[in-house]
Order: sequence, then structure tokens, then C-alpha cells
Amino acid sequence: MIQHVDNPVVEIHDLTVTYNKKPVLWDIDLTLPAGSIIGVIGPNGAGKSTMIKSIMGLVPLNSGYVKVFDQDLQDVRSRVSYVPQKESVDWDFPASVMDVVLMGRYGKLGLFTRPRKADKEVALDCLRRVDMEAYAGRQISQLSGGQQQRVFLARALAQEADLYFMDEPFAGVDAATEKAIINLMKTMSEQGKTVVVVHHDLQSAVEYFDWVVLLNLRLIANGPVPEVMTGQLLQETYGGKLTLLAEVGELLTKKEFPSREKE
Amino acid sequence: MEAFWIIAAGSLVAIPCGLLGCYLILRQMAMVGDAISHAVLPGIVIAFFISGQREPISMLLGASILGVITTFLIEFFHTKARLQTDASIGVTFTWLFALGIILISVFAGKIDLDQDCVLYGEISYVPIDLWITANGTIMGPRVMYIMGAVFIVVLLFIIIGYKELFLTTFDPKFAAASGISVALWHYLLMGAVSFTTVGAFESVGAILVVALLIVPPATAYLLTENLQKMMLITAGLGVVVSFFGYYLAAWLDGSIAGAMSLVAGVLFAAAFLFSPQEGLLTRKKRMAFATNKDS
Amino acid sequence: MEHLWEFLSLSDPNIRYVVLGSVLLAASSAIVGTFTLLKKKALVGDAVAHSVLPGVCLAFILSGVKNPIYLVIGAFVTGWISLVLIDFITKRSKIKEDTAIGLILSVFFGIGILMLTVIQKSGNAAQSGLDHFLFGQAASLVGQDLVVFSGIALILMVAVMIFFKEFALIAFDTNFAQTIGFPVRALELVLTTLTVLAVVTGIQAIGVVLMAAMLITPAAAARFWTDKLKVMIVLAAGLGAFSGLVGAYISYVAPSMPTGPWIVMVISIIALLSFFLAPQKGILFRMFTQRKFQTQMLEENILKLFYHLGEQSDHQYYQARNIEDITKKRPFNLAKLRKGLKNLNQQGFLDYSEYGWTFTNAGKNKGQRITKLHRLWELYLTEYLRIAPDHVHEDAETIEHIITPELEQRLEEQLQYPRLDPHQSKIPYQD
Repeated sequence: MIQHVDNPVVEIHDLTVTYNKKPVLWDIDLTLPAGSIIGVIGPNGAGKSTMIKSIMGLVPLNSGYVKVFDQDLQDVRSRVSYVPQKESVDWDFPASVMDVVLMGRYGKLGLFTRPRKADKEVALDCLRRVDMEAYAGRQISQLSGGQQQRVFLARALAQEADLYFMDEPFAGVDAATEKAIINLMKTMSEQGKTVVVVHHDLQSAVEYFDWVVLLNLRLIANGPVPEVMTGQLLQETYGGKLTLLAEVGELLTKKEFPSREKE
Repeated sequence: MEAFWIIAAGSLVAIPCGLLGCYLILRQMAMVGDAISHAVLPGIVIAFFISGQREPISMLLGASILGVITTFLIEFFHTKARLQTDASIGVTFTWLFALGIILISVFAGKIDLDQDCVLYGEISYVPIDLWITANGTIMGPRVMYIMGAVFIVVLLFIIIGYKELFLTTFDPKFAAASGISVALWHYLLMGAVSFTTVGAFESVGAILVVALLIVPPATAYLLTENLQKMMLITAGLGVVVSFFGYYLAAWLDGSIAGAMSLVAGVLFAAAFLFSPQEGLLTRKKRMAFATNKDS
Repeated sequence: MEHLWEFLSLSDPNIRYVVLGSVLLAASSAIVGTFTLLKKKALVGDAVAHSVLPGVCLAFILSGVKNPIYLVIGAFVTGWISLVLIDFITKRSKIKEDTAIGLILSVFFGIGILMLTVIQKSGNAAQSGLDHFLFGQAASLVGQDLVVFSGIALILMVAVMIFFKEFALIAFDTNFAQTIGFPVRALELVLTTLTVLAVVTGIQAIGVVLMAAMLITPAAAARFWTDKLKVMIVLAAGLGAFSGLVGAYISYVAPSMPTGPWIVMVISIIALLSFFLAPQKGILFRMFTQRKFQTQMLEENILKLFYHLGEQSDHQYYQARNIEDITKKRPFNLAKLRKGLKNLNQQGFLDYSEYGWTFTNAGKNKGQRITKLHRLWELYLTEYLRIAPDHVHEDAETIEHIITPELEQRLEEQLQYPRLDPHQSKIPYQD
């Protein structure tokens, strides 16, 4: 069940990514539709985060290419936003909630320019949308897990992008935050924005997303929820390990085999 | 007057070191800072030997080149030879520092530089080491000019790059995703650190630079949760450390650089114990207070 | 040369002290360093090394004499305190470990320098030699020093032998050690104590400033030559001892040279050579392997191409082909192609005549095998990874070169000896 769409927001072509020479994504080929809430689902170590990072140009690609809005990422960076896993930063950092949300504006400001009043108003408005307005002056070290995630979302909103990538936004947050995040995503999608979410809870996936990518080192399915979230495809994602593929991967790592011949 | 020049020189070194140190400790790269401050030594010695005197431009150049080479080597051994990071840092800086000391011994007698000045610095000579122009005008202590220049460059770097340094330090992935080059700012910061260590080398010696790079920022880190305030407190601590360091050294008749480190250490210990937010004893007291109220 | 003989014959008792001392000191720190390196605590050694300076000075101020036993005790005390403080600061505040290390290191060293300068100014004649602790001066080792330092070095080596199994386990997997009931805290305490002891013994020869190198560098170098812990320890000790010997010799020949930096220089050069030249792990070795794979790929691609040409010309596999036939089918780099053809000729896969290049029997078999693997892998990708047939070629271009005969057989079985690949080309099996 791999469905291709016309005028995709993201097009991934023949993407192979290796980590220490070990392939973590094999020949991924997919397109994602605009205006939907898209879940990227698969077991641990399936390459979900890696796929998002490779779209954002954060990991080197071994082969293939990625197009966003039918262009190179470099040319449309200001329309794309990325929310890393909240564990990836040091929350003891001496910064206030406002400081972090304002970072969302940095991409639009050049060198030498400081955030202006207008930027601060945007940031405040974004905090309002995640119900964190009252915390603007608070130091980030004092936030709970759910509040940290909301701050990250506010920072992403402040980028005023059209396409959002979120890495495990529901991990380690309280129920209220989870609900708030999903409502926010629904509103965003109604405004025509696309949200791509790395997620690993199958139960809620059916409820949250309208499009799902099933991933486990290779692409297993890509399409609307009812057609993709079937017993057989999920079984294939979470069950049956491809031993041959894994062993060839091991061999590539061990021998440090070059992934392509230099012509 | 002597006291004034020495304290002023100490502050002029301590402030830029501390400001850059704030970023080093927040990036968890304190030991890379330590490594760079050691590893610039051969660059300085060679610059000394080539120019035949304490010529600031070539010294700044020599140190900056070595600093960037050090950063590169640490990364090279880590990625290409898969050496673990801490070992990569340890091997690289001890090797380059040993080279520097050996060069000093080889050139002994040919250059005005010895092991002592590497260890203790020569801050006490600041007031008598004057810059005298060709026609005989005395322009004041020579070192003040070098340090002043370093100070201004570092200050400009931090003001201009504030946003980028802040973002690449706090969340490098997000920075890269918004199109800011993380590697570029990394190397710029390391370049700035090496550059600064030259000024520091002249006054407190190559080893105690580390005390100024790490200790005041670590103290400020315990006192505030705001980066700008942290940098302001660090700068203030730099002046305090120079002031008390000078008088402590004068009283004991010992090394000013050593005394400055001691003062910095004492201030850190005070913050560690009594900081209003993070202090060990304040927290204990708060906890005791809370339990009393409950019962 | 004369110097060297005189030095190596150990006839002069002074030389004997210096040589034995340097070798023992360098070797014992290398042994302990192996464990600190494997525990990823290499830089902690740097902190201890700097932190012993105030202890040495304090012991001298209190006792007024340069007695090695007092100095060792003083060094041991402050070295230990520094480790406890680093641990304490890291656990009890938001300060991270690297900052704590740098902080303790610089403050302790600063205090040491302050004390040292105060001692120097106070004009105590006996202080001469205290500053040897900074950069090391093996030549200043006398009989009494040697007895004390070698005693400690021996204790160290024996302790490592006794606790070998335990140290190996806590270095590899602390959590596991804890679950099987090892007294992990106590063992770490022992290892920490040994680290401090190693530093204390080493400083006479190396000096506090560069002592960290003697813990880190021999172990890092040895790591590149072996995967066995025992071998690694012996090798690290050997490399450390060798550099100690060379360093002592240099400062014997040229007394103005500080011993410590020279020992560090020698061991660093050994380490750098290891990083580049060691088999398996070295940078050059790995580059060489990559080149070898590139050559292998090129040669196999040529054979595969000969096979394809044979298929196209109605299975006339043993027809002669010239360069033009080959490049028309696939644009090889000409120089590389010529070299590849020549190699294949030497290996007996191709024959050369005036008409061009021809398959030998072995060459045909190999070309056929690569073609088969390519097509099998393409089929595997389409069937098991659901990759569209027009996307599988690129990947198979790599994988065809790496599949082992064992994997080959399993691939055939799993796909049940298919006849056609996804592009409807026949999969050529060996008869």
C-alpha cells in the first residue's frame, strides 16, 4: 500500500541513509500530501527520526534526493519548521521561555539584526496559542515536560512555516498537553499547513492522523489511515524481521564497504 | 599606579575569557577550551622565534592558527580514527603543549621566553613593560594595548553573533534546520578562544587561562538563569578576581596568576554553597523550612 | 653513540636510577590509564595530575624538607580531594562534569602555583627541585626517591593483577557489574586510588602539567593495535616504558631539556603513528581497504559487463571485445578501465589477443555470478522491501559486490530459485 500523490509537499526519491556505514533507511520512495496531519510510525530503531532529519538536511544522504514544495530545501527553508525531541537540549540552559520562542524568528532575521517588537508580539501570540502566555518570563529550567514541549511548539509556530516536522512531540507529556497539541495540529491543518509527526503509539495514531507512513528500515506503507492501518501491514512493520537485509547491513558496516562506486 | 595597571590588565584578560567561557561551559566544551589554551603554546613560541620579539600581530596569528588546528585535530582523530572524544582531547593538547615546552628549551637564550612565564605569566611586569614610540613618546603599558584590542574584538564578536551563538549553543539541530551553519560558529568561537588566550598568555600564563575561562562563568551559572545576566556577572567577577588576586598575591608575595585562581575558586565555592537559587546550603535551608511549615 | 652505550650499560648508578625510575613510572601510569581510558574518564586524570601540586607544596611547607614520603602523602591527599570534589559538584549542582573537571583542575593548580612562588620567594634553599614536579626531571631522581616511587609502582601493578577481572567488568559495563553483586562503589574507589597513585609516582619524571598524557596516550595508542584487554595493558605499559626510557636518555644527553615534555613527545608520536598505521583500525589502513573495494568493484563491474555483452550477442560469451565495445555499453573512466582490464588479465579472468579482450572460463563464471547476484538482489528488494522495479538497480550495484556465498545461497532459497528478475531478465544460474 504505497500511494503516490500529485503536487506533494515532500517528495523523497530513492533515499538511502547510513549511520556509521550501516544502512538505517533503505531506498525510501514516497510523497506526502499537503494539508494533512501525517504520522510516521514504526518500531524503535526503524529510522523514523532519521527520515525527518534527512528531509531537514541534518544527516548526509548516501543516495537519492529530497524535495520540499518541489524545490531544494535551501530555497524554501523559511517555509519549513523542525521540532527536535525535547530531550535533545539541555533544559538547565540559562534562557527564558520568551528567549526560546524568539529563536523561531532567527531564521528570518539576518546577522546583526536583533528581534524587534513585532517579533516579540508574534512570539507572545504563539505562546498564547499553546496556553503558555503566563510563562513568557519564566526560566526554562522550571518547566515540566509538557510545558517544555509546548514551548518548543510555540517556537515552531513563531517560524510561521507551512510545513512542520515534529520528532516525538507526545513523548513524556501529560494528557492535557497531548490534547492541546493535537488540537493545535488540527487547527494548523485546517489553515492548509502540513504537519509530519514521528509517533509510536498505534492506538492513538488512528485517531490523530489522517495519513500514515509505516517505516521499518524500509518503507512499508504510505497512504490514508484506513487503508494503511491494517493488521497485515502493521504485522509487517512490527513483526517479521528481514534477516537477510539485516545481515547485508551488518556486512556493509563491518567491512566499511563504500556505499557507491566512485566512477 | 602599579596596582591600577595590574588590576586593569587582569580585568581586561578576565572579561573576554569569561565571556567566551560562558559559551564553552554551556556547550559542555570546557575541556576543549582547556586544550586550546595549552595547545596554542607552540604557535606563540614559533611566532616569538620568527619575529624575534614580542610582536603582537604574529603572536595573535600564531596562536589562532594553532587553536584552529587543535580543534580540527581533536575532531579529525575522533571522526577519522574513531578515537573517543576525551582521549582525542587529551592526546592532542598534551602533545602540542609538550612541543611548545620543548621549543622553548631549544630556543632558550634566543628568545625572551621561559617555562616560568608559561606557568606564572608576567602580569607583574605590565607597568614596566612600556610601549615607547620611535620618537620616544611613552604610550603607557604595552600589554594594555594588546589586551584592549583583544577585548574589543571579542566583545564585537559576541554582540554581533549573539543570536547565532545562543541558538547554536542551546539547540544545534534546530539551528541547522533554520539554516544557520553550526560548524562555522563552532570554529569562529574556537578561533576567538585561541585569540584571547594570547592576551591571557602575556599576563597569567598559558595554564591558568583555564581558570579564567571556566571558573567565573561556572560561578555565574549558579547565580542566574539568564544568559545575558550570566555574562554580565562573569564580567563583574573578572574584575573582582583581578582586584583581590592582586592584593592577595602582594600580601603573600606570590604569583598573581595563582592568587587570581584561588580567589576565583573561593568565589565559586561561595556561590556553590550560598547561591539564592542553586546553593547547596540555601536549598537545604529551604527544605528544612518547608518541612517545618508542613508539620 | 658513546653516550648511548654508556647510558644503556647502566654502569653509572645515577643512570641506573634514572632509567629504572622513568621506565617504572611511565609503565605503571600507562597500566592504570588503560582502565580510565576505557571508562571514558581520560580527562579526570588530567585533573588529578594538576591537583597534586598544592599537596606537594603543602607537604614541603609543613615539613620543611623534600622528603619523598611526605611529598607523596601530600600529593595523594589533594589528588584525592580533587576527585571527590569533581564528583560532588557534578552530583549536587547543575554543573556538568567537563566544567567541574576544568574548574577543579585550574583552581587547584593555581593554588599550587601560588604556594610554589611563595616558597621560592621565602628563599628556602631546600626548595630547589620542587619545581621539577612541574615539568619532570628524571635526572634528579636519587636513590631514596627511586625506592619510594618504585615501591608504589609495584603496588600498582600487583593491585591491577589482583583486580583485573573486576576492573575489566566495571570499565565495560558498570550496571551489569552491579546486578551480579559486585561491590562497584568499592572497586571504583580502588581504581580511583590507583589513578591518584599513578599520578603521584609519575610526576617526578613527567611533571604535573603533562602527567595526563602518560595516563591517556599509551592506552589510546595501544587501543589501535588490539582488541584484547590483556594485550592492550601490556602494550600500553611497554609503549609507556619505551617513551620513559627515550625521555630519560634525552635529558641525560642534554640536561637542559625537561624530561616530561620529551617523554610525552615520544609517546605522542607513537600514538599518532598508531592512529594512521595500525592494521584494521588505522586511518591509512582503512583508506587502503576502501581503495581495494573500489578496485574490486571496478573489476567485477567489467566482468559483469562482458557477461551482459555476451547475453546481448546471442550468448556468444567468448567473443573478443575492444575498449570501444565496453565504453559504448557503460562509460568507464578510460585509465581505470585499462588498468582493470590488465589486472583481470593477470588474474586469469580475461585473455588478450589482437582482436581484443576475451573471457576465460573463470572470468565468465565470475561475471555470471555478479550478474546473478545483481538480479537476485533486485528481486529481493521488490518482493521484500516493496521497492518499485525502476528504483532497485542503484542499490543492487553495490550489494552485488558484497554478498558472500553463504548469503547467496540463502537468498536463492528464500526467493525459491526465481527464473526472472523484476525487469524480466533471466537470472543466470551456474549449470
